[in-house]
Parts: sequence; C-alpha cells; structure tokens
Amino acid sequence: MSADQTKKPSSTEGNHGEGETRRDFLYLTAAAFGAVGAGSFAWPLIDQMNPAADTLALSSTEVDLSPIEEGQAITVMWRGKPVFIRHRTAKEIEEAKAVDLGELRDPQTDEERVQEGHEKWLVMVGICTHLGCVPLGQKNADVKGEYDGWFCPCHGSHYDSSGRIRKGPAPTNMAIPDYTFINDTMIKIG
Amino acid sequence: MSSGNREKLDNPVMEWVDSRLPIFSLLQKEYGIFPTPKNFNYFWNFGAIAMVMLSLMIITGIVLAMSYAANTEIAFDSVERIMRDVNHGWLLRYLHSNGASFFFIAVYIHIFRGMYYGSYKQPRELLWMLGVLIFLLMMATAFMGYVLPWGQMSFWGATVITNLFSAIPLVGDSIVTLLWGGFSVDNPTLNRFFALHYLFPFLIVGVVFLHVWALHVTGSNNPLGIEPKGKQDTLPFHPYYTMKDSFGIVVFLIIFAGFVFFAPNYMGHPDNYIPANPLVTPTHIVPEWYFLPFYAILRAITFDIAIPFTGLVLCPAKLGGVLLMFGSIAMLFILPFLDKHPVRSARFRPWYKIALILFVINAFVLGVCGGKPAEGFWVPLAQLCTVYYFAFFVVIIPFLNKKEPVVPLPNSINEAVLNKNTKAAS
Repeated sequence: MSADQTKKPSSTEGNHGEGETRRDFLYLTAAAFGAVGAGSFAWPLIDQMNPAADTLALSSTEVDLSPIEEGQAITVMWRGKPVFIRHRTAKEIEEAKAVDLGELRDPQTDEERVQEGHEKWLVMVGICTHLGCVPLGQKNADVKGEYDGWFCPCHGSHYDSSGRIRKGPAPTNMAIPDYTFINDTMIKIG
Repeated sequence: MSSGNREKLDNPVMEWVDSRLPIFSLLQKEYGIFPTPKNFNYFWNFGAIAMVMLSLMIITGIVLAMSYAANTEIAFDSVERIMRDVNHGWLLRYLHSNGASFFFIAVYIHIFRGMYYGSYKQPRELLWMLGVLIFLLMMATAFMGYVLPWGQMSFWGATVITNLFSAIPLVGDSIVTLLWGGFSVDNPTLNRFFALHYLFPFLIVGVVFLHVWALHVTGSNNPLGIEPKGKQDTLPFHPYYTMKDSFGIVVFLIIFAGFVFFAPNYMGHPDNYIPANPLVTPTHIVPEWYFLPFYAILRAITFDIAIPFTGLVLCPAKLGGVLLMFGSIAMLFILPFLDKHPVRSARFRPWYKIALILFVINAFVLGVCGGKPAEGFWVPLAQLCTVYYFAFFVVIIPFLNKKEPVVPLPNSINEAVLNKNTKAAS
C-alpha cells in the first residue's frame, strides 16, 4: 500500500466533526447490513427448534366422558402431558367450594376452575407445578393427600379436590387447559 | 505456530514435511524440550488424565452412535440391543457411561489442584476461565447424554432440568417450548439432544486446544506457586513428565477398569433400566452423582424473596434456586478476580488452606444433601452449605486478600527441592 492511500481523507470530503469521515459511515452501514443478514439467517436455525407443524396439529384431543362413574378419574394424554379428568362426588365439590380463599397460596375459587353447569368435571394438566412430577390420586387406592385431592410423592405437595395447592413446595395450582364441551359427554381439549 | 529458528532434521522425509509444515519442530518444542517445573506432584497428572478420558469418550461415543437410534419408540431398545447383541456393545457402553463419571472425577481433582495451588492467579486467569468453560460444556454434554437411553431417569431428569428455564421471568415458558420442540419432553427433544450431544465434545476439544495453548504461553504452575527462574528449576517435558503422566494414567485407568468390569452400574441409577413413561414419575428423582452438589444448591432455596408486608414477590423460590445454581459456576469463573492475595500456593497460606479444605468438605456434604429427598433436616443443612459455598468466594477470599499473613516463600524451586532432599537424607 502506498503512503498516500493510507492517509486520512482530507476535510473537503465532507467531515462532519472530529475524525468522522464518509468511510466511517460506510463501515457502519456495512456492519449494520451484515448484522441484519446474519440475524435473518440465524432465525430459521433457531426457530426450527420450536414445535413443528405436525406437533402443533396433534395439540387437541377429544375425550368421551360417559364411561367415567362418579368418584372415578381417568388420565388422558394431551400434548405429551397427562391430563386428569375427575368425575367429582358431591362431597368433593362441597369441600372445594367451602374453602376460604384467604388460606390459599394461589387464590382461585372452585368456580374459576370448572365450567359452569359442569361442576362435577374437573379437567386439569396432571403435572405438579413444582418440578413437573405427576401427582398421585387418580386411582381409588392412591394416596390423595390431606385435602382429598392429589399428592405429589416427589417433594410432598398436597392438592385439594379442585387441584389447588394447599401444602408443600409447589408455587401454583395445577393448570387448567383450554377445553370445551362439544356436548354433555364429550370434551375437546386444546 | 511458525517455524521460527528451525533446526534441520536428519530424516529426509521428516525434513521435507517439517520445512513446509513444522509439525515435528512444534512437537519437539511444546512436548519435547518444553521446560516444566521440576517439583510437580501427582496432582499435576489430572490434566493429562482428563485429556485421555475426553478421547476415550469421543471414541466410544462415535462407535455407540453407530448402533443407537434417537427415536422415543426405539431408543431404549436400541441401547438394550447394544448391551446384548452388538459385538462388544456392553463393553463400549459401560466404558462410555462409567467414562463420564471418571472424566468428572479427573476434572474435579484438576479443579481442586488449581484452587489449592493458586493456578488461576495472574498470569493464568484466562487459562483458568477457559477451564471453567470446558467444565460447563462437560455438564451440558453429560446431561444430554444421560437423556439418550430414554429410561425413567433420563425422561424425568430432562423434564426437571429443562423446567428450570421456566423460572426465567416473561420468556421462560417460550424458552422451554423452544428447548422441547413441543409441549413436553418428547421425540423432538430426544432428537436434538442426540445431535447436540454429538456436537458438544468437539466444542470441548476446541476449548481444550485453547486451554493448552494458553498453558504453553504461561507455562505450568507448580506446588510452590513460584515461577521458575532458570534452567535449574525446570526439566524437559519429555521424558520426565511424559513418563510421570503415563504412570498416573495407567493407575487411573486400572481403577476405571475395576468399575467397568466389576461394578459397571454402581454409579448409575436402577430406575434408568425402566423405559421412560410420561405418566409415572419415579418417587425420587436424582441426577448423576457429579451434579448432586449443584442440585442441592438448586433445591436449597425453598422460600420466596419478597418485599416485607406488601406481598410483592421479587424473586420466587424456583428462580432463586436456578440463579444460585448458575451463580455457583459463575463464582469459579470470576475466582481469579476475587482472589488478589499475592501468594499462589496454599502451602504458604495457612488461613486460605483451612477455608479451602472446608470448602471441599462442604461440597461433599452438598452432594450428600442433593442425593437425599428434600425434606427434614436435609433442607436446612443444604441451605447452610449453600451459604458457606458462596461465602467462601464473596466473603472469605476478599477478607483474606487483606488480612492473611504472608509466609516467607522459598527463593527458588531448585533451592526448595534441594533443601527437602538434604533434610530427607540427614
């Protein structure tokens, strides 16, 4: 490189301030375009990790409730997770409604956790909100915890008959998925 | 890596290569005559041992991948097929699974060596930080590898650990969905874990290269923690340390072989021989032993941090645990900048020595806590140990910077070695 090429461009080339040149502007625009280009190429590489179309297509499940007797519960798979569906007894509904909201860690009334007119059906994601274990309480012989609901054997969380956290390390109630009643005995989850 | 002042080689073929790519000169300079402090003890074997374990893991891993299938339908069976039907498959898998444990044993001793003899101090800060980066990559690799057999512990370990990211405010759930590629740990998760488990060891090799490069710029530390002052303080790496390292490697591999052949499942968990079932959680989820201290720190935070009387939660318990767990590694990373005491070796730092030995005991107790159910007195014990873990870095070390008395150091490595020898003789 010859000496005059390395010289700084003279001020007649449009200096706007101390040491600023048109070349700086070119550097900045080139870098900015480079960054946008790299970013737009990186996005497909990252986004491919998100759920694929077929995974999303499997994200709803229909369940027939008619064979579930009062007091029984079933577990269905939805999005790879267990969903608890319990046909609650009058006593369990009564207990869930009688609770004083002030003593709940994650205050929610029983009405907010079931659908109107279908209070006997509790539908929720059967995953403990602590570290993701599956609580016991679905089978009649299972331990149901101190509140007639579910008990997580991993770290000892107790849930009541509305699936609300009552005792133990879990921070929130078990989640209620989006679901709709197609008719009186069929629901669609998701 | 240029040839510099290259000496001519006698062999004409080697000379032809070396004059074009000075690979023989480089080996001679870095592993032949490389001047190395002459007072190493056996703690200095573990870098070389870790390197051997890394190579072993890559070699056995590549051949296992020839028979493994990363699909939730057949992953478990493909591993059982390796164990029963593939020629020598049982040996390769046991070498790989126990190899992970022994790699961590070597690296933990290597890290302890660095802490005890102050190897992280100026001018080796970057060398140390690259080492911590290798440790982090190892943890990620080991975690993903443990998921591949798709047993109960694989599945539930993956569920619990990926769920940690849901503790991040606002974006946590989106990150977890991104990691899973679905709405739970499932086939897409297994597939990507396999791809990354295959990739990460090569990243480790890359960082190891930088780690060794940095080592060859500064030279090794030594048990006295004083720099060599001349030829009388050092020995050529070959044959002195090639021989000493080889001896250490053989002893280490004998112990390793003992586990592989006589107790291959001692460090594993029987639940992982049950195929993964998303509907049934094992009663007691524990990670592999090398993660237990960090798992204990994660679970030690059982309380929210809130603004008093307002009920506003600043940091929920789950987030607090996650932050501290990653913070525990971050502490190691910034250790060179916390410890400003001019003396390197704990031999001449009586107070630091006590604090460090307590730190090691503390880490073992944390490990025990991590393996127990989080109930009863294990919870306050884990909390106490977590407090000491962090206090060691942010309270004790900065306190010692100013207060610890300086013990006189020997004048040179040579003098210290000769004095020891004359004492032993008399």
